[in-house]
Amino acid sequence: MTEKTAESSRLKTITLKVNQKEYTVDVEPRMLLSDVLRDELRLTGTHVGCEHGVCGACTIMMDGRPVRSCLVFGVQADQADIVTVEGLESQDGELHPLQNGFWEKHGLQCGFCTPGMLMTACHLLEHNPDPSREEIREAISGNLCRCTGYQGIVDAVEYAAKEMRERAE
Amino acid sequence: MKPAAFDYYRPETLDEVLSLLDEFGYDAKILAGGQSLIPMMNMRLARPPVLIDINGVPGMTGIEVGDSEIVIGGLTRHYMVEHSAEIRDSCPMLAEGIKLIGHSQIRSRGTIGGSIVHADPTAELPVMLTALGGKVTVVSSEDERELTPEELFLTYMTTTIEPNEIVKSVHFPVIAERTGHAIEEFTLRSGDFAIIIAAASVTLDEEGLIESATLCIGGVDGVPVKLDDVTDELIGQAPSDELFAESCAPIVDMVEPEKDIHASVEYRKDLCVALSRRVLKKAADEAKLV
Ligand SMILES: Cc1cc2nc3c(=O)[nH]c(=O)nc-3n(C[C@H](O)[C@@H](O)[C@H](O)COP(=O)(O)OP(=O)(O)OC[C@H]3O[C@@H](n4cnc5c(N)ncnc54)[C@H](O)[C@@H]3O)c2cc1C
Ligand code: FES
Ligand code: FES
Repeated sequence: MTEKTAESSRLKTITLKVNQKEYTVDVEPRMLLSDVLRDELRLTGTHVGCEHGVCGACTIMMDGRPVRSCLVFGVQADQADIVTVEGLESQDGELHPLQNGFWEKHGLQCGFCTPGMLMTACHLLEHNPDPSREEIREAISGNLCRCTGYQGIVDAVEYAAKEMRERAE
Repeated sequence: MKPAAFDYYRPETLDEVLSLLDEFGYDAKILAGGQSLIPMMNMRLARPPVLIDINGVPGMTGIEVGDSEIVIGGLTRHYMVEHSAEIRDSCPMLAEGIKLIGHSQIRSRGTIGGSIVHADPTAELPVMLTALGGKVTVVSSEDERELTPEELFLTYMTTTIEPNEIVKSVHFPVIAERTGHAIEEFTLRSGDFAIIIAAASVTLDEEGLIESATLCIGGVDGVPVKLDDVTDELIGQAPSDELFAESCAPIVDMVEPEKDIHASVEYRKDLCVALSRRVLKKAADEAKLV
């Protein structure tokens, strides 16, 4: 094994795809993926609340699954395919049905939890296009919101599910 | 950056992992799903100088269902078990219990080996492993051994796994004939760690009488607690609400939970009785159907 003394020797070069775009960055192994996204790639849509996995604000999609970006080291995302909240709207700037839903149904107040809520809901609707309110509640149970009381969020996800079903027809 | 600095290794074979473990000993921690280790590092409750990331090691992920045994690779993620139709048929408790682990975002990364080695006594997997009489296979560069839950779990967050060892696979028995499984827990919010968790397996004979049963409770001690005194009483009897109520009542004196901000000792004891009754009944009802 190689000697590791100077801090700089800890730097690792990683390449990751975020919202269809490839990035190569040097990171220290202890840098969390949430910090890589926010500080290195300047994608500050991903929010950081608790940094120990409880609040869900940092939820992103990693290789097709919803993941806490505060519980993954950036080095572990080498070669991964990531979607953040910035990747939800279409190339021509049209909002995702979920984003419309949160707008129409007052699914947010301060908006801090919203990116994580959107990514979690996105995964739900991919696998369950017609969820019951109970299933929506279960799916977002790992995302804390301090403002809304969740009523508007559940309404918003229901609204988006309907819109997406109609579009698919 | 929240965690303290560490050296990061990402070996590509199991042999490489084992030789790194030999080299670094107590200085090294295995990084599997990171869903328990990284929170502890973020809070600086843990500051391992070396992390050995096993996510690139082939052959440690997968589910194999044989005639009598299910073998799950140590690195198999919770969501894979959750969505396995084979597991639903061959070990209903595992299918049901795994969904109770955290939230989907946690189950995306958390692994079966990590949960077991983390050994939180209110976690679902240690309780299920104990209730079902499963085993883990542990390897080092010199040795391979199989451990029963009784040999594995020592106390809160502590197992008999040595720093040079890794959990290669976890084994559960395939559900026997005329057998039912059930697991239930009480949590403050969906997805939280349980306050009390109970799991039971009941096998009926051809007359519909109880042939064998196991009951295990988490959240009352440093390890999952098996209540054989309760289940021994059930053998030869016909399952009924009255039988389970009567046989579970003495559990209040068998368990010694501690109190904390969320629940008193008395409340926890009540939960043990109520959940035990419920899982035994549910398991017996399931057994009648098959
Ligand atoms: C918000 C939140 C809620 C949670 N809720 C629950 C819950 O309800 N129930 C529950 O059970 N858990 C819960 N967890 C904990 C987590 O999900 C556990 O699943 C945990 O899965 C550990 O698995 P891991 O692979 O992530 O382990 P890691 O965090 O990678 O490792 C945990 C420990 O095990 C060691 N280790 C890992 N793999 C191996 C191996 N193969 N051989 C030897 N040692 C190994 C590591 O060195 C470390 O000491 C929760 C976590 C969070 C953040
Ligand atoms: S910041 Fe990641 S879950 Fe709270
Ligand atoms: S809108 Fe403020 S935290 Fe959810």
